[in-house]
Amino acid sequence: MAESEITHASWGMYPPEPQHMRKLTSRHAGLPLTGDETVLPYGAGRSYGDSCLNTGGTLLGSAALDHFIAFDAATGVLTAEAGITFATIIDTVLPRGWFLPVTPGTKYLTLAGAIANDVHGKNHHRVGTFGAHILSFELLTSDGGRRTCSPDENADLFAATIGGLGLTGFITHATIQLMPAASAFLDGQSIRFGNLDEFFALAESSSVNYDYTVSWIDCLSGGTSLGRGHFLRANIASSDLVAARGGKTGAGLPLSVPFVPPVSLVNRLTLRPLNALYYQRQQASVVEKLWSYDQFHYPLDAIAHWNRIYGPKGFLQYQCVVPVAVQREAAHALFLEIEKSGQGSFLAVFKTFGAVKSPGLLSFPMEGATLALDFPVAGERTFALLDRLDAIVVEAGGRIYAAKDARMSAATFRAGYARLDEFRKFIDPRFSSGFERRVMGK
Amino acid sequence: MQRIVIFGATSDIAEAAARDFAKAGASFILVGRNPRALDDLCADLKVRGAASVESRIADLSHVASLPALCNDVQNTLGIVDVALIAHGVLPDQQVTNDLCMETLDLLQVNAVSPSLLMIEMLRIFKTQGRGHLVVLSSVAGDRGRPSNYFYGATKALLSVLGEGMALQHAGSDIKILVVKPGFVDTKMTAAFKKGALWASASDVGGAIVSAVAKGRSGVMYTPRFWALIMLIVRNAPSFIVRRM
Ligand SMILES: Cc1cc2nc3c(=O)[nH]c(=O)nc-3n(C[C@H](O)[C@H](O)[C@H](O)COP(=O)(O)OP(=O)(O)OC[C@H]3O[C@@H](n4cnc5c(N)ncnc54)[C@H](O)[C@@H]3O)c2cc1C
Repeated sequence: MAESEITHASWGMYPPEPQHMRKLTSRHAGLPLTGDETVLPYGAGRSYGDSCLNTGGTLLGSAALDHFIAFDAATGVLTAEAGITFATIIDTVLPRGWFLPVTPGTKYLTLAGAIANDVHGKNHHRVGTFGAHILSFELLTSDGGRRTCSPDENADLFAATIGGLGLTGFITHATIQLMPAASAFLDGQSIRFGNLDEFFALAESSSVNYDYTVSWIDCLSGGTSLGRGHFLRANIASSDLVAARGGKTGAGLPLSVPFVPPVSLVNRLTLRPLNALYYQRQQASVVEKLWSYDQFHYPLDAIAHWNRIYGPKGFLQYQCVVPVAVQREAAHALFLEIEKSGQGSFLAVFKTFGAVKSPGLLSFPMEGATLALDFPVAGERTFALLDRLDAIVVEAGGRIYAAKDARMSAATFRAGYARLDEFRKFIDPRFSSGFERRVMGK
Repeated sequence: MQRIVIFGATSDIAEAAARDFAKAGASFILVGRNPRALDDLCADLKVRGAASVESRIADLSHVASLPALCNDVQNTLGIVDVALIAHGVLPDQQVTNDLCMETLDLLQVNAVSPSLLMIEMLRIFKTQGRGHLVVLSSVAGDRGRPSNYFYGATKALLSVLGEGMALQHAGSDIKILVVKPGFVDTKMTAAFKKGALWASASDVGGAIVSAVAKGRSGVMYTPRFWALIMLIVRNAPSFIVRRM
């Protein structure tokens, strides 16, 4: 058993607490528990806050559980170990005409990490969360249990583990249904919009004919252009179209931030001109586009370790969702608050979720509008701003995404997740996380 | 399609190399000791694109069985394009109790067994008129250092044997590549503190696969900067090496 100490274990590098890690070496072995420590499964640490940290306890690393187990190229059913990354899955299945049914904005996360946060992608309005495409997985629990969970077998544990934040046990491997993909490209449009009303009109008109939609918003502009930005909408391109337009895949990982600079390179001085520049970069209001899957889904992955530009204090990412009935008013209030504070990041991601239900008890998405953005940790005023955003979200009946959180209150969490008490019964007594201790205490 | 045999197939570096070979549709015989780990790797390589994968369970320290094993490999694959010899152990020299017995065991696993496999596979390559023999040695074989000279001595044997074979067959279609990785983050080195000089098993595996694609023969340091480091280490005065 390999034990080590690691730092910067979550993507936001906040809270900056060193972690003790034990790597599993085989999916066939039992859970490696010692003494009375608490444990938490750990994937690739692509969660931002403390839901993938267990300070004072042990992380159970899945990196060495990276084997494929089976793949049927006729049906697109894939079985693989917990620690395999989306990047590896894509490399292997895309040449044979398949893609992940749902992918977040990075491909360097693991299969089990995607289950534990029930991740969503730009096609949520069409296909729901990743959890909706899981056929089964195997879960190890501290009582020595090794259970297969699926919609028909141990269905309650299945539902608790999807979006279960790693607290219900350790997933060793999973079987998922992939989605056919005619090419490695997406075709669609990038559309400039001037304010929130225009955004919602575009979201509505695009949701039927486009599988993928997302927009980038300039959070620092106010007044009549509050919520201006770019709306991207796309479908997987046919191979004929790609051939006709000469699509080329970009090279992987050309750039990297090699170390953590002594101070954050992201601040008021650098942000405002950058945001304005981004908004004006595209002159025409509608531009036809052909993107490689990397360019469309994973623009941030193009710079390895981009999280380091925020410096040693790290950063907070904030993602919330507000229900469809009040999404316009609530979004307006959120953007106004952020614009007034002048603290928002380079760009915010804004998108509408659809009505497809997830099997998960603590799944984050709900039908409505979701906003995600980064904040450099600039002391109390950052935390105070986020508390004000929380108040707007709770008032609207929305919730905050645990995968990105390091600071919400227990009350905010409880208000957002109605099935929390039902979930609690499934928490394995030996499993815990910084997040769990902070917001799930009774 | 490349036909490949890997001895010590479930070692991290061998596994990484196998995955890269599989992507290009290779056929494999994987030799190892742990049946479960071999089964897992077989399944993995098939999904990654291997044309076919078979395994052989063998304790490679039983050297008497090695010639028969190599014949079986040749009969099964028909032609063997690549033989990768990757087994070996890294003892903790500080906690060795029965020095004599453990040294014998270590020599058997790390030196005698791979040497015999090199000789046997070379014999097969001569009958074929071609083949690529790749042996995993280590920078530790370049100089005797207080912390690990037993391990280093076994690797020195493989390096010299492989280098000599490579020179003997220079210019022919029989290639012999001695791979000398520096520090690699693997199961074998799990207990070590890692720093900037450490490479991943997939870096080293990838380097092996591209060296085979280029038909490289001779000695290869990987990552490449180790060639420079070892040039300095080989020429450093003993009072410095004493502290390494
Ligand atoms: C650039 C970027 C963009 C992102 N975009 C999106 C997005 O668009 N949509 C979205 O939903 N998310 C997004 N995320 C968040 C990310 O997808 C999630 O945090 C994801 O869960 C990270 O997975 P991981 O493998 O890194 O797991 P970790 O972050 O290491 O762990 C995440 C959770 O999974 C649990 N876990 C890990 N392995 C296991 C296991 N074997 N068994 C049981 N539980 C386990 C952990 O305990 C933890 O609770 C983004 C993150 C980044 C860095």
